Amino acid sequence: MNTQLNRLALVALIMLAALIVATTYWQSWAAGSLAAKQDNAIELVSQFEVSRGLILAANGNTVLAADRKVKRNGQTFYFRRYPSHGLAAQTIGYSTSALSQTGLELSLNDYLTGATSNLSNAIQRTLNQIGGGTVYGDNVVLTINAGAQALAQQLLGDRCGAVVAMNPRTGAIYVMASSPTYDSNLIDKPGGYAKVLKTKGACGDASALLNRATYGLYAPGSTFKMVTASAALDSGAFTPTSGFNDPGYCVEYGKHVSNAGNPDQNGPETYGHVTLAQGFQHSINSVFCNVGKQIGAKVILDYAKRFGFYSTPPLETPANQRLPSGLYKNDKLWFPKDPATEVDPGRLAFGQERLQVTPLQMLMVGATIANGGVVPRPYIVDRVIGHDGSVVSRTRASTLGRAIKPETAAELNQMMVSVVQAGTGTAAQIPGIQVAGKTGTAETGVNKVYTAWFVSFAPANNPQVAVAVVLEKQLNGFGGAVSAPIAKQIMQKLLHR
Amino acid sequence: MLTAIGFASVYISRRSHISTASLTYALLFFVLYLAAHVVARFTVPNADPYLLPLAGLLTAIGLTEIYRLGPSNAFKQGLWVVIGVAVFALVIVVLRRDYRLLENYKYIFGLSAIGLLFMPLLPGIGQTVNGSRLWIHAGGLQFQPGELGKLALIVFLAAYLREKREVLAQGRVKDWGPLLVIWGSAMLVLFATGDLGSALLYYGIFLAILYAATARLKFVAAFIGLFLVGSAAVYEGTPHVRERVTNWLHPWTTQKVYCALNGHYTLRQDCASYQMVQSLYSIAHGGYGGTGLGSGVFQNAQGAPLIPFLSTDFIYSAVAQELGLVGAAALILIYMVFVLRGFRVSLAANDGFSKLLAAGLTFGFALQTFVIVGGILRVIPLTGITLPFVSYGGSSVISNFIVVAGLMLVSDRANA
Repeated sequence: MNTQLNRLALVALIMLAALIVATTYWQSWAAGSLAAKQDNAIELVSQFEVSRGLILAANGNTVLAADRKVKRNGQTFYFRRYPSHGLAAQTIGYSTSALSQTGLELSLNDYLTGATSNLSNAIQRTLNQIGGGTVYGDNVVLTINAGAQALAQQLLGDRCGAVVAMNPRTGAIYVMASSPTYDSNLIDKPGGYAKVLKTKGACGDASALLNRATYGLYAPGSTFKMVTASAALDSGAFTPTSGFNDPGYCVEYGKHVSNAGNPDQNGPETYGHVTLAQGFQHSINSVFCNVGKQIGAKVILDYAKRFGFYSTPPLETPANQRLPSGLYKNDKLWFPKDPATEVDPGRLAFGQERLQVTPLQMLMVGATIANGGVVPRPYIVDRVIGHDGSVVSRTRASTLGRAIKPETAAELNQMMVSVVQAGTGTAAQIPGIQVAGKTGTAETGVNKVYTAWFVSFAPANNPQVAVAVVLEKQLNGFGGAVSAPIAKQIMQKLLHR
Repeated sequence: MLTAIGFASVYISRRSHISTASLTYALLFFVLYLAAHVVARFTVPNADPYLLPLAGLLTAIGLTEIYRLGPSNAFKQGLWVVIGVAVFALVIVVLRRDYRLLENYKYIFGLSAIGLLFMPLLPGIGQTVNGSRLWIHAGGLQFQPGELGKLALIVFLAAYLREKREVLAQGRVKDWGPLLVIWGSAMLVLFATGDLGSALLYYGIFLAILYAATARLKFVAAFIGLFLVGSAAVYEGTPHVRERVTNWLHPWTTQKVYCALNGHYTLRQDCASYQMVQSLYSIAHGGYGGTGLGSGVFQNAQGAPLIPFLSTDFIYSAVAQELGLVGAAALILIYMVFVLRGFRVSLAANDGFSKLLAAGLTFGFALQTFVIVGGILRVIPLTGITLPFVSYGGSSVISNFIVVAGLMLVSDRANA
């Protein structure tokens, strides 16, 4: 009988061993995916037991997101409050008591709850946990300049649009404002979310939750001439002094493409003999139309790619809150297989066609020119700091590669300076500082209603700050008239002028 | 004795970890364990020295976790442990001369096993909990008679198969009668109570003892076939069992399915498989090291419990969260050691009845652990039975102490 008994014992032990294997599976292999499940109430609760880290502006003092301590059934939970009442609301996002999260609150959740950390912090946390003490998440210090951010929000007012500013040398984002906006504290209040959903800007569009700086797509208008000019100069096809004859229109496919349709162009409708630089300064469409025809759509699009078009700009916010820029067809990003036949090069050259861009992307174009042709990699988290004050991680500035030669960047810099000195962007002049800029006024399909752009940087000889401003649905509102003043004030604020 | 003190000190240190006030609990438990040990020392001096400490350790882990989940339950469980130890002492003292007397009363055990199994079905005292009719209650006391029925069944099978093993092995048809009655009863119980777990347990024990006695794998295969046929019929006929299997195969749905609990359409993880899914979350949350005793999350932010039946059927997911993979694996290892000792007792026994009895008790113990923990871990469909010694529940504690008493009696005789 002992043979059978031995076998039975083996069966029993195998059964029990299987339990250890299964436990190992759930606790290591599958643990991550289970923790990420929407209905995982344990993860939800355990996150509220952690004192969530602060989100701070660059000065380290302005608190953008903090804890709200709630005692319930003898347990302490930490919910969220936003002491700055929605400063950079769409970028920071929110984290509700139902653990609905967006923005940096979502993408930095692991830091804020202390799930990602260095060794000494992890040990400290474990000791706290065993001792029954409070577990603290890490604090996050952003690159956001609180003063400039508040100013941008104030200048936008109830107009729909966005203001983005960065350090063109490093890519550190100083300002990321989107309008209409909301008070993040509302989200978790009864009926508050519905109220936010109904918040309308002057454009009549109720989408306060949308981060227009990274998710808003607009026709770039003449700001795209920065890309076309880059392609024209960098490819060697043109120089700033290349001559053009502007009859007030350009001939494409046997038809006239008239300057008169360009609201951005200041001065006379017909300039006659001009240089490329002058065409840029006065934003003359016929000049760029001819440039486009000569170098072709493919070259322009290839240069656009080098500036970051056709890929989602990197940033610490959730990837689904950012969009790539480029040609869009049927609401989808579209790169033509044969640009020569599928894309109208003349219209592409001055920013019409089916171009859709985000304010962040246009800022990257401006910042690249300011940065001598190298695309700075944008970032918004300066450093993560443990509860004990130690630095958990610090962002190092990096680049996305070179888009254009330093000489090309210098030429464009000069051309952009002339735009502000005596061209379409004079409203952005700052006394004592040379400002470089480019206006854009894109048609919206509604007569005399425009998308108004201004992309600029300053000081031109030693760029410290780059700004992109976009305003939606501006009646008779040209980029140089409505957006340039906003850019000017933001640059002044950031340069302490 | 040294081992015992060692285990007890482990228990005390764990206990003081949560709160120093509960040291009295630890002290009481230690005294209790000491009492059991002394009784065993004097009545069955040659018994296996590991079984009682292992049982004590498991009980201690259970009490600690139950205390952590609800101190009032721990008090009641403490009382049940006192009763369990008393029954343990009683069984040992009464049967210390020769437990093999039981063999003579095998049919009484067989009949009482069936009686106990069917008891919850009686109107008036039967009670349905969580879709299964397993309980009787009388005068405010709840009891699961199936726990004792299981033991009676093991005694009957050990005695009957010891006597008939040769003739059965040769395949004499008439001797199969009582066995077929048992098979039919198990299926009936399964059908009537909707309790897949217990049916699996009884049947598994039956097959194990049958195999040990006859060494005929084809019998086992035949009975497994019969079981599958029966199960298929039950699956078709009982929505409760069908639901368990569906929950096991597809606990998560991405589309809303009909929820029988509230009549609405919801995701299955919010309805039928809620308990299992939340329990898996609990286990996963523990990770390698666990959250630490007392730091696990078992309530939502509003203070409502997340996992129903946490301290009874689902205590493993509480232990796995708080002690992590390290603690959970250690717990299973304790069961493995216990099972190994049990089979050692069986191997060392001199007569057929003793061997089969010890093997049956041990295999039943292992199978019960497998059925509940395997159910929680989605190895097999989830069925609600208790985790031996650890789960909160009086009937379970008492019957498990009887198992220990039985194994110690057998080993005392074998080593004498």
